[in-house]
Amino acid sequence: MKLTGAQALIKALEMENVEVMFGLPGGCILPAYDPLLDSSIRHILVRHEQGAGHMAEGYAHVTGRPGVAMVTSGPAATNMVTPLCDAFMDSIPMVCITGQVPTTAIGTDAFQECDTVGITRSVTKHNELVMSAQDLPLVIRQAFYLASTGRPGPVLVDVPKDVLTNTMDWYWPTDAEVVDSLPGYRPVTKGHPKMIKEAAKLLLSCERPVLYVGGGILKARAAEVLRELAELTQIPVVTTLMARGAFPDSHPLNLGMPGMHGTAAAITAMQKSDLLIALGARFDDRITGKVSTFAPEAKIIHVDIDPAEQGKVRRPDVPIVGDCRLVIEELIKVIKELLGAGEVQADVGPWRSKVSGWREQFPLAYEPSEPGEALKPQFCLEKLRDLAPKGTILVSGVGQHQMWSSQYWQFEEPYTWVNSGGLGTMGFSIPAAIGAKVGHPEKTVWAIDGDGCFQMTAQELVTASVERIPIKVAILNNSYLGMVRQWQEMFYGERYSEVYLSPEVPDFVKWAEAMGCVGIRVESPEEVEPAIEKANSINDRPVVVDFRVDAREKVFPMVPAGYSNDDLLLPPSQNETRRFLG
Amino acid sequence: MSELQHHILSVLVENRPGVLARVASLFARRGFNIFSLAVAPAEEDTMSRITIVVDVERSPLEQIVKQLFKLVEVIKISELDPRHAVERELILATVRAGAADRGPVVELMQILEGKIVAVGSDAITVSLEGHPDKLDDFEDLIRPYGILELQRTGRIALPKLDRDVRTSAVKGNIG
Repeated sequence: MKLTGAQALIKALEMENVEVMFGLPGGCILPAYDPLLDSSIRHILVRHEQGAGHMAEGYAHVTGRPGVAMVTSGPAATNMVTPLCDAFMDSIPMVCITGQVPTTAIGTDAFQECDTVGITRSVTKHNELVMSAQDLPLVIRQAFYLASTGRPGPVLVDVPKDVLTNTMDWYWPTDAEVVDSLPGYRPVTKGHPKMIKEAAKLLLSCERPVLYVGGGILKARAAEVLRELAELTQIPVVTTLMARGAFPDSHPLNLGMPGMHGTAAAITAMQKSDLLIALGARFDDRITGKVSTFAPEAKIIHVDIDPAEQGKVRRPDVPIVGDCRLVIEELIKVIKELLGAGEVQADVGPWRSKVSGWREQFPLAYEPSEPGEALKPQFCLEKLRDLAPKGTILVSGVGQHQMWSSQYWQFEEPYTWVNSGGLGTMGFSIPAAIGAKVGHPEKTVWAIDGDGCFQMTAQELVTASVERIPIKVAILNNSYLGMVRQWQEMFYGERYSEVYLSPEVPDFVKWAEAMGCVGIRVESPEEVEPAIEKANSINDRPVVVDFRVDAREKVFPMVPAGYSNDDLLLPPSQNETRRFLG
Repeated sequence: MSELQHHILSVLVENRPGVLARVASLFARRGFNIFSLAVAPAEEDTMSRITIVVDVERSPLEQIVKQLFKLVEVIKISELDPRHAVERELILATVRAGAADRGPVVELMQILEGKIVAVGSDAITVSLEGHPDKLDDFEDLIRPYGILELQRTGRIALPKLDRDVRTSAVKGNIG
């Protein structure tokens, strides 16, 4: 069967079971948009290419399937760099297709030409410039295979215009052909049995262990086996920013989030532990604080599918390369065998009561506002949480509101939390929320945004209105770049430099309405609940709620950058009882 | 400085566009200079072997090797210990050699078993193959005559036949 490259590209995407893609056409990718008209694939037309990338990420976050974005060459490709890097840092499976100038024009500084594969080389798991239409089916299959196996990540396929218009003989490579075509790509999924046995023995021998759970647990669909492991061994769990929802917040073993703005219990438990069982976590600087003083007495079991994570920051005592789900399953099996054979687990009871004590004594805390005072952002989040329908997906931007979202939400199920962890991309939430809603139209999706973030990608609410994707947006609007303001207050002697936005403009309600959304402004505590209830009841269009919140509010606890986790700053109200953390 | 020394990486890759750029950029983004680089098709023409010599401390090197492994087109990496490897390099140099100097230069080439590739009225071009240390010595010896142009290939290396390459690893078989 003879097809054009464009037809082959779209057919290949259909063969990969792509249901939806996010994109914006332009000169070089134009040929691919023609067969799209006859395709089963839904295309969502964005207002800015960065939006398409973050939507694909949001979709991938909640469905576990690669998100697909398609844009043209040059500026469209450069606009895609941020989402690609974001997906790369957070290991999000994504396939991005970019148009390119015709092969004969490559390298001539043609209109809308840029070296896309060169520019995106260091922000993709892999990328490929397709030089022949005949190669398209194999390259697309490779892209999906690479994006979704091993450590997931973004893959970019750059397709010159003449490759789209030339004809080819259709074929569809088999799984074996795809694997054979990538001789250098052999991800290890099964952990080494000897290492797993060693890990099981070490785990049973330690009295102060902590399960340090990262985003890899979610990528590996391992939430259930994680719970089994935790309950079998009664080891306390901390869930990193990327792993919120991987273990229920209501579970008595859950200590919450560790790291720079983690809970005192999670941070201190890690610091004082004698064994960290790192599962799909990468010892990020936001977790460890000053590395040389991080968890000084802890031995390390490190389970990660990426061999390069082993020993990158902290040398493991037992490194296990493999898929978290498969490794944990094996680990549980071996532990049960050892216990069955008479081995006895060290008593973790005293440790458990100690960490539970910290959890009770050092809850997240803020001072509620007095009547007439400005709204507290944490209060808004508590109300949003309490009024959210079951299974609501929470998506956040980057900054104070992100930390409060992670802290104050109650995550009970996996894949209900979407955020930009590694790259920290302001403006992530609105497009990512749209992608999440497209992935799960039956679920309520709340985007929590700051007023700074909102102004970076708000135009995608036009996309949401036109495409009838009814997300809900809560702006925690303090008229500041809040996190920067917090650092300037705490570490730069209250010298506020270029962080004050504006309390008057833009008018977020009018802006929301102009984009086809319902806009609601909330200025006092008694308006909070009615506004959220109204927002929750609207399902035919997006809603934007502009919460005008107290700009003086800071995120606590906090481990200042570069400091030891021993030096965490508690909310001011807890300073007097600090000695109990000892 | 003690840990900073030459490390020789032998990297077997797919013979395709862009692979060298991927490999090189892993060094560049960390601010490490590549001392020498040699690349050409290997035993099968679908593969190329890249020999990289870098000055870098042990721990960042380990991380770079792991990151190199992650490149989809990288098939195998060996770090070659100079004690257990055969190393070779080729040098081409055009040396000032007028009538008066030509004799000593030619004599030097004979001693070092180099070849005279071209002779001009006041310069000659010579080639010499051998261990990189020998080439260093050669450069020092001919420098007084005046080197007009010089090109070295960068070293290539293979493990010695009678030894295991202890640090080598095939993908999917590490960690």
